[in-house]
Amino acid sequence: MQSVYGEYGPPGAVEMPLPNQYDAGVAQRPYDVEAVRALFPILDRPVRGRPLVYLDTAASAQKPSQVIEAERSFYTEDYANIHRGLYFLSQRATECYDAARRKVQGFLNARHPHEIVFTRNATEAINLVAASFGEASMKEGDEVVITGLEHHSNIVPWQLSRQKKGIILKVAPVDDHGEVPLDGFIQLLGPRTKLAAFSHVSNALGTVLPVADMIRAAHRAGVKVLIDGSQSIVHLGADVQALDCDFIAFSGHKLYGPTGIGVLYGKEELLDAMPPYQGGGDMIAGVTFENTTFAPLPTKFEAGTPAIAQAVGLGAAIDFLTRLGLDRVHAHETALLDYATSRLSEVKSLSIIGAAANKASLISFVMEGVHPHDIAHVLDGDGIAIRAGHHCAQPVMARFGVPATARASFGLYNTAGEVDALVDALKRVEALFLP
Amino acid sequence: MNNDAVVRDLYREVILNHSRRPRNRRTMAACSHAARSENPACGDEISVFLQMNDRGVIGDIAFAGQSCAIATASASLMTEVLAGKTAAQARALFDRFLAIATGGAQAPLDGMEVELEQLTTLSGLRDYPVRVTCATLPWHTILAALESAKEWK
Repeated sequence: MQSVYGEYGPPGAVEMPLPNQYDAGVAQRPYDVEAVRALFPILDRPVRGRPLVYLDTAASAQKPSQVIEAERSFYTEDYANIHRGLYFLSQRATECYDAARRKVQGFLNARHPHEIVFTRNATEAINLVAASFGEASMKEGDEVVITGLEHHSNIVPWQLSRQKKGIILKVAPVDDHGEVPLDGFIQLLGPRTKLAAFSHVSNALGTVLPVADMIRAAHRAGVKVLIDGSQSIVHLGADVQALDCDFIAFSGHKLYGPTGIGVLYGKEELLDAMPPYQGGGDMIAGVTFENTTFAPLPTKFEAGTPAIAQAVGLGAAIDFLTRLGLDRVHAHETALLDYATSRLSEVKSLSIIGAAANKASLISFVMEGVHPHDIAHVLDGDGIAIRAGHHCAQPVMARFGVPATARASFGLYNTAGEVDALVDALKRVEALFLP
Repeated sequence: MNNDAVVRDLYREVILNHSRRPRNRRTMAACSHAARSENPACGDEISVFLQMNDRGVIGDIAFAGQSCAIATASASLMTEVLAGKTAAQARALFDRFLAIATGGAQAPLDGMEVELEQLTTLSGLRDYPVRVTCATLPWHTILAALESAKEWK
Protein backbone atom coordinates (compact mmCIF):
# COMPACT_ATOMS: atom_id res chain seq x y z
CA MET A 1 0.00 0.00 0.00
CA GLN A 2 1.28 3.48 -0.89
CA SER A 3 2.18 5.42 2.26
CA VAL A 4 0.04 8.50 2.72
CA TYR A 5 3.19 10.32 3.85
CA GLY A 6 5.00 10.15 0.51
CA GLU A 7 7.98 12.44 0.70
CA TYR A 8 8.14 12.24 4.49
CA GLY A 9 8.97 8.58 4.33
CA PRO A 10 7.83 5.97 6.79
CA PRO A 11 7.36 6.96 10.44
CA GLY A 12 10.49 6.83 12.53
CA ALA A 13 9.36 3.83 14.51
CA VAL A 14 9.25 1.64 11.44
CA GLU A 15 12.93 2.05 10.65
CA MET A 16 14.83 2.70 13.82
CA PRO A 17 18.50 3.11 12.96
CA LEU A 18 20.93 1.55 15.40
CA PRO A 19 23.66 3.81 16.76
CA ASN A 20 26.93 3.72 14.87
CA GLN A 21 28.80 1.66 17.40
CA TYR A 22 26.44 -1.24 16.78
CA ASP A 23 26.03 -1.87 13.09
CA ALA A 24 23.91 -4.48 11.37
CA GLY A 25 26.97 -6.61 10.63
CA VAL A 26 27.12 -7.56 14.28
CA ALA A 27 25.23 -10.80 13.73
CA GLN A 28 28.17 -12.12 11.71
CA ARG A 29 30.69 -11.48 14.49
CA PRO A 30 31.12 -13.29 17.83
CA TYR A 31 28.87 -12.02 20.61
CA ASP A 32 30.57 -8.93 21.99
CA VAL A 33 29.08 -8.30 25.41
CA GLU A 34 31.07 -5.09 25.96
CA ALA A 35 29.62 -3.61 22.76
CA VAL A 36 26.15 -4.64 23.95
CA ARG A 37 26.74 -3.07 27.36
CA ALA A 38 27.67 0.21 25.68
CA LEU A 39 24.08 0.41 24.41
CA PHE A 40 22.63 0.48 27.95
CA PRO A 41 23.17 3.93 29.47
CA ILE A 42 22.17 2.85 33.00
CA LEU A 43 25.06 0.38 33.18
CA ASP A 44 27.42 3.37 33.40
CA ARG A 45 25.73 4.60 36.54
CA PRO A 46 27.64 3.87 39.74
CA VAL A 47 25.55 2.48 42.58
CA ARG A 48 26.66 3.10 46.16
CA GLY A 49 30.05 4.11 44.80
CA ARG A 50 30.52 0.87 42.87
CA PRO A 51 29.88 -0.13 39.25
CA LEU A 52 26.33 -1.43 38.93
CA VAL A 53 26.06 -5.22 38.70
CA TYR A 54 22.46 -5.72 37.63
CA LEU A 55 21.33 -9.29 38.26
CA ASP A 56 17.57 -8.74 38.39
CA THR A 57 16.68 -8.86 34.70
CA ALA A 58 14.04 -11.52 35.37
CA ALA A 59 12.11 -8.89 37.36
CA SER A 60 12.62 -6.22 34.72
CA ALA A 61 15.22 -5.72 32.02
CA GLN A 62 17.21 -2.51 31.60
CA LYS A 63 16.62 -0.49 28.44
CA PRO A 64 18.94 -0.02 25.47
CA SER A 65 19.37 3.41 23.86
CA GLN A 66 17.31 2.20 20.89
CA VAL A 67 14.22 1.81 23.09
CA ILE A 68 14.77 5.04 24.99
CA GLU A 69 15.39 6.88 21.71
CA ALA A 70 12.35 5.35 20.01
CA GLU A 71 10.04 6.71 22.70
CA ARG A 72 11.82 10.06 22.81
CA SER A 73 11.71 10.41 19.05
CA PHE A 74 8.07 9.35 18.87
CA TYR A 75 7.10 12.05 21.38
CA THR A 76 9.33 14.59 19.67
CA GLU A 77 8.38 13.90 16.06
CA ASP A 78 5.26 11.80 15.68
CA TYR A 79 3.00 12.06 18.70
CA ALA A 80 -0.77 12.48 18.68
CA ASN A 81 -3.68 10.26 19.66
CA ILE A 82 -4.38 7.37 17.34
CA HIS A 83 -7.44 6.25 15.37
CA ARG A 84 -9.05 9.65 15.63
CA GLY A 85 -7.63 12.61 13.85
CA LEU A 86 -7.70 13.07 10.12
CA TYR A 87 -4.63 15.21 10.53
CA PHE A 88 -1.03 14.42 9.74
CA LEU A 89 0.31 13.59 13.21
CA SER A 90 -2.61 11.41 14.22
CA GLN A 91 -2.24 9.33 11.09
CA ARG A 92 1.49 9.13 11.61
CA ALA A 93 1.05 8.04 15.26
CA THR A 94 -1.50 5.46 14.15
CA GLU A 95 0.96 4.11 11.61
CA CYS A 96 3.69 3.87 14.28
CA TYR A 97 1.32 2.02 16.63
CA ASP A 98 0.22 -0.37 13.88
CA ALA A 99 3.85 -0.92 12.87
CA ALA A 100 4.63 -1.94 16.46
CA ARG A 101 1.80 -4.46 16.31
CA ARG A 102 3.20 -5.91 13.09
CA LYS A 103 6.62 -6.22 14.71
CA VAL A 104 5.08 -8.25 17.55
CA GLN A 105 3.22 -10.32 14.97
CA GLY A 106 6.49 -11.05 13.17
CA PHE A 107 8.32 -11.78 16.43
CA LEU A 108 5.68 -14.35 17.44
CA ASN A 109 5.10 -15.57 13.87
CA ALA A 110 1.37 -14.97 14.29
CA ARG A 111 -0.85 -15.38 11.21
CA HIS A 112 -2.48 -11.96 11.53
CA PRO A 113 -1.61 -8.61 13.12
CA HIS A 114 -5.10 -8.46 14.66
CA GLU A 115 -4.26 -11.54 16.73
CA ILE A 116 -1.96 -9.24 18.74
CA VAL A 117 -3.78 -7.34 21.52
CA PHE A 118 -1.84 -4.69 23.42
CA THR A 119 -2.38 -4.78 27.18
CA ARG A 120 -0.64 -3.12 30.13
CA ASN A 121 1.42 -6.22 30.93
CA ALA A 122 1.25 -10.02 31.08
CA THR A 123 -0.93 -9.84 34.18
CA GLU A 124 -3.59 -7.86 32.35
CA ALA A 125 -3.36 -10.23 29.38
CA ILE A 126 -4.03 -13.22 31.65
CA ASN A 127 -6.86 -11.40 33.38
CA LEU A 128 -8.32 -10.63 29.96
CA VAL A 129 -8.38 -14.32 29.06
CA ALA A 130 -9.76 -15.29 32.47
CA ALA A 131 -12.58 -12.76 32.21
CA SER A 132 -13.38 -12.88 28.53
CA PHE A 133 -12.60 -16.47 27.47
CA GLY A 134 -14.12 -17.42 30.82
CA GLU A 135 -17.30 -15.55 29.94
CA ALA A 136 -17.49 -17.09 26.46
CA SER A 137 -16.48 -20.65 27.23
CA MET A 138 -16.63 -21.57 30.91
CA LYS A 139 -19.45 -22.29 33.29
CA GLU A 140 -19.78 -23.61 36.83
CA GLY A 141 -17.94 -26.88 37.30
CA ASP A 142 -15.60 -26.37 34.33
CA GLU A 143 -11.92 -26.76 35.07
CA VAL A 144 -8.74 -24.79 34.54
CA VAL A 145 -5.40 -26.58 34.93
CA ILE A 146 -2.32 -24.63 36.02
CA THR A 147 1.00 -25.87 37.46
CA GLY A 148 2.61 -25.61 40.88
CA LEU A 149 5.29 -23.33 39.40
CA GLU A 150 2.98 -20.44 38.53
CA HIS A 151 3.50 -16.94 39.86
CA HIS A 152 0.61 -15.07 41.39
CA SER A 153 -0.41 -13.50 38.05
CA ASN A 154 -1.33 -16.94 36.76
CA ILE A 155 -3.04 -18.09 39.96
CA VAL A 156 -5.11 -15.23 41.28
CA PRO A 157 -7.10 -14.47 38.05
CA TRP A 158 -8.33 -18.10 38.08
CA GLN A 159 -9.18 -17.90 41.76
CA LEU A 160 -11.28 -14.83 40.96
CA SER A 161 -13.01 -16.85 38.20
CA ARG A 162 -13.59 -19.59 40.75
CA GLN A 163 -15.33 -17.09 43.04
CA LYS A 164 -17.35 -15.52 40.25
CA LYS A 165 -18.25 -18.53 38.12
CA GLY A 166 -17.61 -21.57 40.27
CA ILE A 167 -14.90 -23.00 38.02
CA ILE A 168 -12.53 -25.58 39.48
CA LEU A 169 -8.80 -24.90 39.61
CA LYS A 170 -6.44 -27.88 39.36
CA VAL A 171 -2.70 -27.68 39.94
CA ALA A 172 -0.18 -29.99 38.25
CA PRO A 173 2.43 -31.14 40.78
CA VAL A 174 6.08 -30.09 40.88
CA ASP A 175 8.82 -32.64 41.59
CA ASP A 176 11.91 -32.20 43.78
CA HIS A 177 13.96 -30.90 40.86
CA GLY A 178 11.46 -28.12 40.28
CA GLU A 179 10.05 -29.72 37.14
CA VAL A 180 6.45 -30.43 36.19
CA PRO A 181 6.30 -34.09 35.10
CA LEU A 182 4.23 -34.44 31.95
CA ASP A 183 2.12 -37.36 33.22
CA GLY A 184 1.06 -35.42 36.32
CA PHE A 185 -0.18 -32.65 34.07
CA ILE A 186 -1.93 -35.00 31.62
CA GLN A 187 -3.76 -36.78 34.43
CA LEU A 188 -5.53 -33.54 35.32
CA LEU A 189 -6.95 -33.00 31.82
CA GLY A 190 -10.56 -34.19 31.96
CA PRO A 191 -13.80 -33.83 30.04
CA ARG A 192 -14.63 -30.61 31.92
CA THR A 193 -11.20 -29.02 31.46
CA LYS A 194 -11.60 -25.93 29.29
CA LEU A 195 -8.19 -24.33 29.60
CA ALA A 196 -4.62 -25.14 30.65
CA ALA A 197 -2.64 -22.05 31.65
CA PHE A 198 1.04 -22.38 32.47
CA SER A 199 4.39 -20.64 32.35
CA HIS A 200 6.93 -21.51 29.71
CA VAL A 201 9.66 -20.64 32.24
CA SER A 202 9.28 -20.47 36.03
CA ASN A 203 10.21 -17.05 37.41
CA ALA A 204 11.10 -18.49 40.81
CA LEU A 205 13.28 -21.44 39.74
CA GLY A 206 14.13 -20.92 36.07
CA THR A 207 12.65 -24.29 35.04
CA VAL A 208 11.81 -24.50 31.33
CA LEU A 209 8.54 -26.41 31.01
CA PRO A 210 8.01 -28.87 28.14
CA VAL A 211 5.37 -26.62 26.61
CA ALA A 212 5.28 -28.26 23.17
CA ASP A 213 4.41 -31.63 24.72
CA MET A 214 1.98 -30.02 27.15
CA ILE A 215 0.19 -28.21 24.33
CA ARG A 216 -0.10 -31.39 22.26
CA ALA A 217 -1.47 -33.30 25.26
CA ALA A 218 -3.97 -30.54 26.05
CA HIS A 219 -5.17 -30.35 22.46
CA ARG A 220 -5.63 -34.12 22.30
CA ALA A 221 -7.93 -33.70 25.29
CA GLY A 222 -9.76 -30.83 23.57
CA VAL A 223 -8.31 -28.26 26.01
CA LYS A 224 -7.22 -24.75 24.95
CA VAL A 225 -3.84 -23.49 26.13
CA LEU A 226 -2.64 -20.14 27.50
CA ILE A 227 1.15 -19.81 27.75
CA ASP A 228 2.50 -17.32 30.26
CA GLY A 229 5.57 -16.15 28.37
CA SER A 230 6.62 -13.54 30.93
CA GLN A 231 9.98 -15.19 31.59
CA SER A 232 10.49 -17.20 28.44
CA ILE A 233 9.90 -14.86 25.55
CA VAL A 234 13.15 -12.96 26.14
CA HIS A 235 15.25 -16.14 26.22
CA LEU A 236 13.46 -18.54 23.90
CA GLY A 237 11.06 -16.44 21.85
CA ALA A 238 7.85 -18.12 20.75
CA ASP A 239 6.61 -19.32 17.39
CA VAL A 240 2.89 -19.45 18.02
CA GLN A 241 2.17 -21.38 14.84
CA ALA A 242 4.83 -24.02 15.51
CA LEU A 243 3.75 -24.30 19.15
CA ASP A 244 0.08 -24.11 18.15
CA CYS A 245 -0.73 -22.40 21.47
CA ASP A 246 -4.12 -20.71 21.69
CA PHE A 247 -2.99 -17.73 23.74
CA ILE A 248 0.33 -16.33 24.89
CA ALA A 249 0.87 -13.44 27.31
CA PHE A 250 4.00 -11.41 28.01
CA SER A 251 5.20 -8.03 29.29
CA GLY A 252 7.25 -5.53 27.30
CA HIS A 253 9.45 -4.47 30.20
CA LYS A 254 11.00 -7.92 30.58
CA LEU A 255 11.90 -7.82 26.87
CA TYR A 256 14.13 -4.73 27.21
CA GLY A 257 11.08 -2.64 26.28
CA PRO A 258 9.08 -0.05 28.22
CA THR A 259 6.83 -0.59 31.23
CA GLY A 260 3.09 -0.22 30.76
CA ILE A 261 2.89 -2.34 27.61
CA GLY A 262 2.15 -6.04 27.33
CA VAL A 263 0.86 -8.43 24.73
CA LEU A 264 -1.85 -10.99 24.47
CA TYR A 265 -1.67 -13.16 21.38
CA GLY A 266 -4.82 -15.19 20.71
CA LYS A 267 -5.96 -17.27 17.77
CA GLU A 268 -8.33 -15.24 15.62
CA GLU A 269 -11.33 -17.54 15.98
CA LEU A 270 -11.00 -17.58 19.78
CA LEU A 271 -10.60 -13.81 20.13
CA ASP A 272 -13.52 -13.32 17.74
CA ALA A 273 -15.79 -15.44 19.92
CA MET A 274 -14.81 -13.63 23.14
CA PRO A 275 -16.75 -10.65 24.50
CA PRO A 276 -14.91 -7.35 25.16
CA TYR A 277 -12.87 -7.12 28.36
CA GLN A 278 -13.46 -3.43 29.07
CA GLY A 279 -15.86 -0.92 27.58
CA GLY A 280 -14.93 2.52 26.33
CA GLY A 281 -13.67 4.46 23.36
CA ASP A 282 -11.88 2.85 20.44
CA MET A 283 -13.41 -0.58 21.06
CA ILE A 284 -16.75 0.27 19.48
CA ALA A 285 -18.08 0.44 15.96
CA GLY A 286 -21.15 2.47 16.93
CA VAL A 287 -22.88 3.53 20.14
CA THR A 288 -26.41 4.62 20.94
CA PHE A 289 -27.83 4.62 24.45
CA GLU A 290 -29.75 1.50 23.51
CA ASN A 291 -27.02 -0.51 21.91
CA THR A 292 -23.36 -0.73 20.96
CA THR A 293 -21.70 -2.69 18.24
CA PHE A 294 -18.13 -3.60 18.94
CA ALA A 295 -15.12 -2.87 16.82
CA PRO A 296 -13.37 -5.77 15.09
CA LEU A 297 -10.14 -7.28 16.41
CA PRO A 298 -7.87 -6.18 17.89
CA THR A 299 -9.44 -2.88 18.96
CA LYS A 300 -12.39 -4.73 20.53
CA PHE A 301 -9.95 -5.50 23.35
CA GLU A 302 -8.20 -2.14 23.47
CA ALA A 303 -10.70 0.22 25.09
CA GLY A 304 -9.52 3.79 25.61
CA THR A 305 -6.29 5.43 24.55
CA PRO A 306 -3.62 2.73 24.74
CA ALA A 307 0.05 3.01 25.70
CA ILE A 308 1.02 4.31 22.25
CA ALA A 309 4.60 5.41 22.88
CA GLN A 310 5.25 2.27 24.93
CA ALA A 311 4.03 0.12 22.04
CA VAL A 312 6.46 1.98 19.78
CA GLY A 313 9.20 1.35 22.35
CA LEU A 314 8.31 -2.34 22.45
CA GLY A 315 8.64 -2.44 18.66
CA ALA A 316 12.13 -0.96 19.01
CA ALA A 317 13.01 -3.56 21.66
CA ILE A 318 11.94 -6.34 19.30
CA ASP A 319 14.07 -4.83 16.52
CA PHE A 320 16.98 -4.64 18.94
CA LEU A 321 16.68 -8.28 20.02
CA THR A 322 16.08 -9.50 16.50
CA ARG A 323 19.19 -7.77 15.19
CA LEU A 324 21.25 -9.09 18.06
CA GLY A 325 19.86 -12.57 17.40
CA LEU A 326 17.78 -14.28 20.05
CA ASP A 327 19.72 -17.53 19.63
CA ARG A 328 23.05 -15.74 20.17
CA VAL A 329 21.66 -13.99 23.24
CA HIS A 330 20.38 -17.30 24.56
CA ALA A 331 23.78 -18.95 24.05
CA HIS A 332 25.46 -16.11 25.95
CA GLU A 333 22.97 -16.36 28.83
CA THR A 334 23.25 -20.16 29.01
CA ALA A 335 27.05 -19.91 29.23
CA LEU A 336 26.64 -17.43 32.11
CA LEU A 337 24.14 -19.72 33.84
CA ASP A 338 26.53 -22.68 33.62
CA TYR A 339 29.46 -20.59 34.84
CA ALA A 340 27.46 -19.14 37.75
CA THR A 341 26.06 -22.54 38.74
CA SER A 342 29.56 -23.94 38.86
CA ARG A 343 31.12 -21.02 40.73
CA LEU A 344 28.33 -20.80 43.31
CA SER A 345 29.28 -24.28 44.49
CA GLU A 346 32.33 -22.58 46.07
CA VAL A 347 30.02 -20.90 48.58
CA LYS A 348 29.68 -23.70 51.10
CA SER A 349 26.52 -22.60 52.90
CA LEU A 350 24.67 -21.96 49.64
CA SER A 351 22.07 -24.28 48.12
CA ILE A 352 20.46 -23.75 44.74
CA ILE A 353 16.70 -24.28 44.70
CA GLY A 354 15.54 -25.85 41.45
CA ALA A 355 17.67 -28.38 39.61
CA ALA A 356 15.72 -28.76 36.38
CA ALA A 357 17.64 -30.23 33.46
CA ASN A 358 16.57 -27.32 31.28
CA LYS A 359 16.75 -23.91 32.95
CA ALA A 360 16.61 -20.30 31.84
CA SER A 361 19.36 -18.00 33.07
CA LEU A 362 18.29 -17.47 36.65
CA ILE A 363 19.41 -19.04 39.89
CA SER A 364 17.31 -19.15 43.05
CA PHE A 365 19.28 -19.93 46.18
CA VAL A 366 19.31 -19.93 49.95
CA MET A 367 22.18 -19.73 52.42
CA GLU A 368 22.09 -21.64 55.64
CA GLY A 369 21.67 -19.26 58.56
CA VAL A 370 21.30 -16.13 56.42
CA HIS A 371 17.93 -14.72 55.41
CA PRO A 372 17.60 -13.82 51.69
CA HIS A 373 16.80 -10.20 52.57
CA ASP A 374 20.06 -9.89 54.45
CA ILE A 375 21.94 -11.40 51.49
CA ALA A 376 20.37 -8.90 49.08
CA HIS A 377 21.03 -6.05 51.48
CA VAL A 378 24.74 -6.77 51.85
CA LEU A 379 25.09 -7.26 48.08
CA ASP A 380 23.40 -3.91 47.52
CA GLY A 381 26.26 -2.34 49.45
CA ASP A 382 28.50 -3.69 46.66
CA GLY A 383 26.29 -2.25 43.93
CA ILE A 384 24.99 -5.75 43.14
CA ALA A 385 21.23 -5.90 42.51
CA ILE A 386 19.57 -9.26 43.14
CA ARG A 387 16.03 -10.19 44.10
CA ALA A 388 15.10 -11.56 47.51
CA GLY A 389 11.68 -12.67 48.59
CA HIS A 390 8.94 -15.00 47.45
CA HIS A 391 9.05 -13.76 43.82
CA CYS A 392 5.25 -13.51 43.81
CA ALA A 393 5.26 -17.29 43.80
CA GLN A 394 4.49 -18.26 47.40
CA PRO A 395 3.20 -21.75 46.47
CA VAL A 396 6.60 -22.51 44.89
CA MET A 397 8.34 -21.37 48.08
CA ALA A 398 5.99 -23.58 50.13
CA ARG A 399 6.72 -26.57 47.84
CA PHE A 400 10.44 -26.27 48.67
CA GLY A 401 9.90 -25.44 52.34
CA VAL A 402 11.48 -21.99 52.29
CA PRO A 403 9.79 -18.65 53.07
CA ALA A 404 11.87 -16.87 50.46
CA THR A 405 14.94 -17.22 48.27
CA ALA A 406 17.59 -14.95 46.82
CA ARG A 407 17.59 -14.88 43.03
CA ALA A 408 20.25 -13.78 40.57
CA SER A 409 19.09 -13.56 36.96
CA PHE A 410 21.22 -12.91 33.90
CA GLY A 411 20.44 -10.86 30.83
CA LEU A 412 22.13 -10.20 27.53
CA TYR A 413 24.42 -7.54 29.08
CA ASN A 414 25.79 -9.56 32.01
CA THR A 415 29.37 -10.80 32.09
CA ALA A 416 31.43 -13.55 33.68
CA GLY A 417 33.17 -10.80 35.66
CA GLU A 418 29.82 -9.92 37.21
CA VAL A 419 29.32 -13.55 38.20
CA ASP A 420 32.74 -13.37 39.89
CA ALA A 421 31.66 -10.21 41.74
CA LEU A 422 28.51 -12.03 42.90
CA VAL A 423 30.47 -15.01 44.19
CA ASP A 424 33.00 -12.79 46.00
CA ALA A 425 30.21 -10.82 47.64
CA LEU A 426 28.41 -14.01 48.74
CA LYS A 427 31.61 -15.21 50.36
CA ARG A 428 31.72 -11.94 52.31
CA VAL A 429 28.08 -12.49 53.34
CA GLU A 430 29.09 -15.88 54.67
CA ALA A 431 31.97 -14.36 56.62
CA LEU A 432 29.75 -11.61 58.05
CA PHE A 433 26.83 -13.70 59.24
CA LEU A 434 28.24 -17.11 59.99
CA PRO A 435 30.28 -17.20 63.17
CA MET B 1 31.37 5.70 52.51
CA ASN B 2 32.75 2.46 51.12
CA ASN B 3 30.81 -0.76 51.12
CA ASP B 4 32.23 -2.20 54.30
CA ALA B 5 31.32 0.97 56.15
CA VAL B 6 27.79 1.01 54.68
CA VAL B 7 27.18 -2.58 55.66
CA ARG B 8 28.82 -2.15 59.07
CA ASP B 9 26.61 0.84 59.73
CA LEU B 10 23.52 -1.36 59.69
CA TYR B 11 24.93 -4.78 60.47
CA ARG B 12 26.84 -3.58 63.53
CA GLU B 13 28.34 -6.15 65.79
CA VAL B 14 25.55 -5.72 68.31
CA ILE B 15 22.90 -6.38 65.63
CA LEU B 16 24.73 -9.45 64.37
CA ASN B 17 25.08 -10.62 67.93
CA HIS B 18 21.34 -10.26 68.58
CA SER B 19 20.47 -12.00 65.30
CA ARG B 20 22.85 -14.91 65.88
CA ARG B 21 21.92 -15.31 69.55
CA PRO B 22 18.53 -13.73 70.02
CA ARG B 23 17.46 -12.99 73.59
CA ASN B 24 14.07 -14.26 74.75
CA ARG B 25 13.43 -16.33 71.64
CA ARG B 26 10.97 -18.90 72.94
CA THR B 27 7.25 -19.45 73.19
CA MET B 28 5.26 -19.08 76.38
CA ALA B 29 2.82 -21.77 77.39
CA ALA B 30 0.81 -19.34 79.50
CA CYS B 31 0.78 -15.59 79.00
CA SER B 32 -1.59 -12.67 79.27
CA HIS B 33 -1.13 -11.26 75.76
CA ALA B 34 0.10 -12.59 72.42
CA ALA B 35 -0.11 -11.77 68.74
CA ARG B 36 1.31 -12.97 65.43
CA SER B 37 2.14 -10.88 62.34
CA GLU B 38 3.40 -11.49 58.86
CA ASN B 39 5.34 -9.24 56.55
CA PRO B 40 3.55 -9.83 53.24
CA ALA B 41 6.52 -8.43 51.32
CA CYS B 42 8.83 -11.25 52.34
CA GLY B 43 6.77 -13.90 54.11
CA ASP B 44 8.53 -13.35 57.44
CA GLU B 45 6.39 -14.09 60.45
CA ILE B 46 6.82 -13.27 64.10
CA SER B 47 4.87 -14.06 67.27
CA VAL B 48 5.21 -12.22 70.54
CA PHE B 49 4.13 -13.31 73.98
CA LEU B 50 3.99 -11.29 77.15
CA GLN B 51 2.90 -11.67 80.71
CA MET B 52 1.55 -8.50 82.34
CA ASN B 53 1.85 -8.59 86.10
CA ASP B 54 -0.79 -7.21 88.46
CA ARG B 55 0.97 -3.80 88.58
CA GLY B 56 0.39 -3.36 84.81
CA VAL B 57 4.04 -3.96 84.04
CA ILE B 58 5.46 -6.41 81.48
CA GLY B 59 6.87 -9.15 83.66
CA ASP B 60 7.96 -11.61 80.99
CA ILE B 61 8.31 -11.13 77.24
CA ALA B 62 9.35 -13.45 74.41
CA PHE B 63 9.18 -13.84 70.66
CA ALA B 64 9.28 -16.62 68.10
CA GLY B 65 9.20 -16.95 64.35
CA GLN B 66 11.16 -16.95 61.15
CA SER B 67 12.67 -13.68 60.05
CA CYS B 68 15.68 -11.86 58.67
CA ALA B 69 18.62 -10.65 60.76
CA ILE B 70 17.17 -7.15 61.10
CA ALA B 71 13.73 -8.31 62.27
CA THR B 72 15.26 -10.90 64.59
CA ALA B 73 17.73 -8.44 66.12
CA SER B 74 15.00 -5.83 66.46
CA ALA B 75 12.71 -8.32 68.22
CA SER B 76 15.53 -9.39 70.51
CA LEU B 77 16.40 -5.79 71.41
CA MET B 78 12.72 -5.03 71.89
CA THR B 79 12.27 -7.79 74.44
CA GLU B 80 15.25 -6.46 76.41
CA VAL B 81 14.00 -2.88 76.28
CA LEU B 82 10.35 -3.59 77.12
CA ALA B 83 10.81 -5.89 80.10
CA GLY B 84 9.53 -4.03 83.15
CA LYS B 85 7.67 -1.35 81.15
CA THR B 86 3.99 -0.42 81.13
CA ALA B 87 1.87 -0.47 77.96
CA ALA B 88 2.07 3.34 77.77
CA GLN B 89 5.85 3.24 78.05
CA ALA B 90 5.99 0.58 75.32
CA ARG B 91 4.02 2.85 72.98
CA ALA B 92 6.23 5.84 73.78
CA LEU B 93 9.36 3.78 73.12
CA PHE B 94 7.94 2.59 69.80
CA ASP B 95 7.36 6.22 68.73
CA ARG B 96 10.97 7.05 69.54
CA PHE B 97 12.19 3.87 67.82
CA LEU B 98 10.29 4.79 64.66
CA ALA B 99 11.99 8.20 64.68
CA ILE B 100 15.39 6.53 65.11
CA ALA B 101 14.74 4.05 62.29
CA THR B 102 13.48 6.64 59.82
CA GLY B 103 15.85 9.48 60.70
CA GLY B 104 13.00 11.59 62.10
CA ALA B 105 13.15 14.13 64.94
CA GLN B 106 13.97 12.42 68.19
CA ALA B 107 12.16 13.74 71.24
CA PRO B 108 13.72 12.81 74.59
CA LEU B 109 12.03 10.32 76.87
CA ASP B 110 12.71 10.97 80.54
CA GLY B 111 14.25 8.10 82.41
CA MET B 112 14.63 5.96 79.26
CA GLU B 113 18.01 7.17 78.04
CA VAL B 114 19.56 3.71 78.31
CA GLU B 115 16.73 2.11 76.33
CA LEU B 116 16.94 4.74 73.59
CA GLU B 117 20.68 4.22 73.38
CA GLN B 118 20.10 0.50 72.85
CA LEU B 119 17.54 1.13 70.10
CA THR B 120 19.90 3.56 68.39
CA THR B 121 21.96 0.58 67.24
CA LEU B 122 19.34 0.25 64.49
CA SER B 123 19.73 3.86 63.30
CA GLY B 124 21.48 2.62 60.12
CA LEU B 125 18.00 1.71 58.87
CA ARG B 126 17.32 5.32 57.93
CA ASP B 127 19.21 4.71 54.66
CA TYR B 128 17.07 1.66 53.87
CA PRO B 129 13.36 2.49 54.01
CA VAL B 130 12.41 -1.01 52.83
CA ARG B 131 14.13 -2.59 55.82
CA VAL B 132 12.30 -0.35 58.31
CA THR B 133 9.29 -2.64 57.92
CA CYS B 134 11.51 -5.58 59.00
CA ALA B 135 12.57 -3.80 62.18
CA THR B 136 9.10 -2.53 63.08
CA LEU B 137 7.36 -5.89 62.53
CA PRO B 138 7.98 -7.10 66.12
CA TRP B 139 6.92 -3.72 67.51
CA HIS B 140 3.68 -3.66 65.55
CA THR B 141 3.06 -7.19 66.74
CA ILE B 142 3.54 -6.37 70.39
CA LEU B 143 1.37 -3.26 70.15
CA ALA B 144 -1.34 -5.40 68.54
CA ALA B 145 -1.00 -7.84 71.43
CA LEU B 146 -1.30 -5.04 73.98
CA GLU B 147 -4.31 -3.55 72.24
CA SER B 148 -6.21 -6.78 71.75
CA ALA B 149 -9.38 -6.31 73.76
CA LYS B 150 -9.54 -9.67 75.37
CA GLU B 151 -6.67 -11.30 77.09
CA TRP B 152 -5.12 -14.20 75.27
CA LYS B 153 -4.93 -17.57 76.90
